[in-house]
Amino acid sequence: MDGRLQGQRLTLAYEERTVAADLDVTIADGSFTVIVGPNACGKSTLLKALARVLRPVTGTVLLDGAGITTYHSKEVARRLGMLPQQPVVPNSIVVEDLVARGRYAHQRMLRQWSAADEEAVTEAMRLTEVSELADRFAEELSGGQRQRVWLAMVLAQQTGILLLDEPTTFLDLAHQFDVLDICADLHDQGRTIVAVLHDLNHACRYATDLIVMKAGAVVAQGPPGDVMTPALVEDVFGVPCRVIPDPETGTPMIVPGDRARRRGLSSPLSGSASA
Amino acid sequence: MTRARTTTRLVVRKGPIAVRVAVRPLAVGLILILLAMSVGMVNLASGDIPLPFADVLRTLIGQGDPGAEFIVLDLRLPRVAVGLLAGAALGVSGAVFQSLTRNPLGSPDFVGLTVGAATGALLAILVFNASGLSVAASAIVGCMITSVLIYLLAFRDGVQPFRLILMGIGVSALLEAFNSFLILRARIEDAVEAQVWQIGSVGGRDLLHVAIVGVPLLVVLPLILRLGRSLTMMRLGDETAALQGVPVERDRALLALGAVVLAAASTAAAGPVSFVALAAPHLAARLSRGSGPGVLPAAAMGALLMTGSDWVAQRILPDQDVPVGVVTAAVGGAYLTWLLVAEWRRGRRG
Ligand SMILES: Nc1ncnc2c1ncn2[C@@H]1O[C@H](COP(=O)(O)OP(=O)(O)OP(=O)(O)O)[C@@H](O)[C@H]1O
Ligand SMILES: [Mg+2]
Repeated sequence: MDGRLQGQRLTLAYEERTVAADLDVTIADGSFTVIVGPNACGKSTLLKALARVLRPVTGTVLLDGAGITTYHSKEVARRLGMLPQQPVVPNSIVVEDLVARGRYAHQRMLRQWSAADEEAVTEAMRLTEVSELADRFAEELSGGQRQRVWLAMVLAQQTGILLLDEPTTFLDLAHQFDVLDICADLHDQGRTIVAVLHDLNHACRYATDLIVMKAGAVVAQGPPGDVMTPALVEDVFGVPCRVIPDPETGTPMIVPGDRARRRGLSSPLSGSASA
Repeated sequence: MTRARTTTRLVVRKGPIAVRVAVRPLAVGLILILLAMSVGMVNLASGDIPLPFADVLRTLIGQGDPGAEFIVLDLRLPRVAVGLLAGAALGVSGAVFQSLTRNPLGSPDFVGLTVGAATGALLAILVFNASGLSVAASAIVGCMITSVLIYLLAFRDGVQPFRLILMGIGVSALLEAFNSFLILRARIEDAVEAQVWQIGSVGGRDLLHVAIVGVPLLVVLPLILRLGRSLTMMRLGDETAALQGVPVERDRALLALGAVVLAAASTAAAGPVSFVALAAPHLAARLSRGSGPGVLPAAAMGALLMTGSDWVAQRILPDQDVPVGVVTAAVGGAYLTWLLVAEWRRGRRG
């Protein structure tokens, strides 16, 4: 499989806690890859390693055939952008300035605000519907507004590869689909999209490629139609379910079993769920 | 509370140049520089022998009479220049540290860097009977050692800004006690000189002191301005900055080094003047409402605070030269209290 972005034999850890060992993953070029998996299985950790903000203990991340650490930092940021799961919200900065900072990698000392910069920022704000928020302070926005502002910043970066860690959290139903549609449009224009999603039905609708993770390992990868089976969902999430064709799109749709059926089985999540 | 505001920006695109500047920070910076210069002029003209502004100006461009020349150029200019330059250096140093730590308390005077510089200088004055350049050099060495010490103490798999500040405050208190101890056990004549030095003063300075703070400022300021965009990005958090292509580790090390040098240089020239580095960036940011680190407005504000405080210091007691550090400490103490109360209120409001 061809991939501009690959992780090879990655061991990922925070201080003593090892999250993943010997992990191989290839992001197919031009794919809309969706990563799913239970909480704490290492999805965000993998994304951080692929974006070079977490240094693997062993193994390498390859970007366009070369080790990602061999690039100048700005060069990486021109090829690959990432929306973190929980970005720090900076104080006293207005939305437009924040989005404009997504242009950093394209700018130089005396070339900080070219017509292309302005266009990219305006376009990103229009797509994410935050233009009306331009003069508001970032810390005074609602969770959903903030999420869209961060997305605008990453879109303004105009990278060929986009890594989005739960881009739909905090969003209402309409805005969830707005964001996913933006991603689908960008994908249609030839960009490679990697998104972590928790809603399996959204994942199946939008993904061309699904990566299913469990406890730091990739347990399945492929088109949703091939990958998403009741056995897999039960194995990975511990939730018995049926998988039927989505009446709207024909993609797999997960219908969880009712309470009695779920109680019949011990769930690996029951410990944290009752806490 | 929802605040909304419009920011006026100026876009200049010509040939290879394409920049956008927010008008307000620029205007505020220019006004502050003008104000600092004006207060400096007043300080040049006033004193035991008041001179008309016209005479001061004529002397400055080299056309004054010898008497005025002696008073303005030899007696007063070094004092005014050290005040302006040390104030600017402290302002820049404070702006950089506050941005790096993302905390209004993360300034070199608050985390003990200037106290460390004072320890170096006091050791030189009291133990080795040094004076002039070697006192300055010891101050710089003291500041460097202190910053490395704080860094190492705060280091645990990377440095968290907040831990750095707490560690700095602790080290600062220790060094403060050590400085008092040094002064206590010194001969009385030395102790007076050392005590004045420890408060921070711009009296009795000469060209050497001007150079001690002026040269580092000339070298370091352009470097910091060049890295200004990295600093702006780092205010978004290390992760976001790195994702946007900032070489975070390298630029942070360079910026911190530059800020340490400036804090050391200003302390070497004017003593550990307190609160200017803490207050100048914050006050400048309030006025200019910029979203960046505001290095230049902070420099201008630092210069203004320092010369303004010196103006006050020279007028509190009729026959005595009060060290400028007394005034900055009084003003700064009030300011810090107000800052903490305001932050606390804001925190409570959510
Ligand atoms: N900064 C950190 N320091 C130490 N441990 C961490 C850190 N971040 C995550 N972990 C741990 O690493 C493991 C994987 O976390 P990760 O954030 O990758 O999970 P995730 O799959 O993204 O989960 P979620 O769906 O909840 O976002 C978890 O056990 C978590 O506790
Ligand atoms: Mg996560």
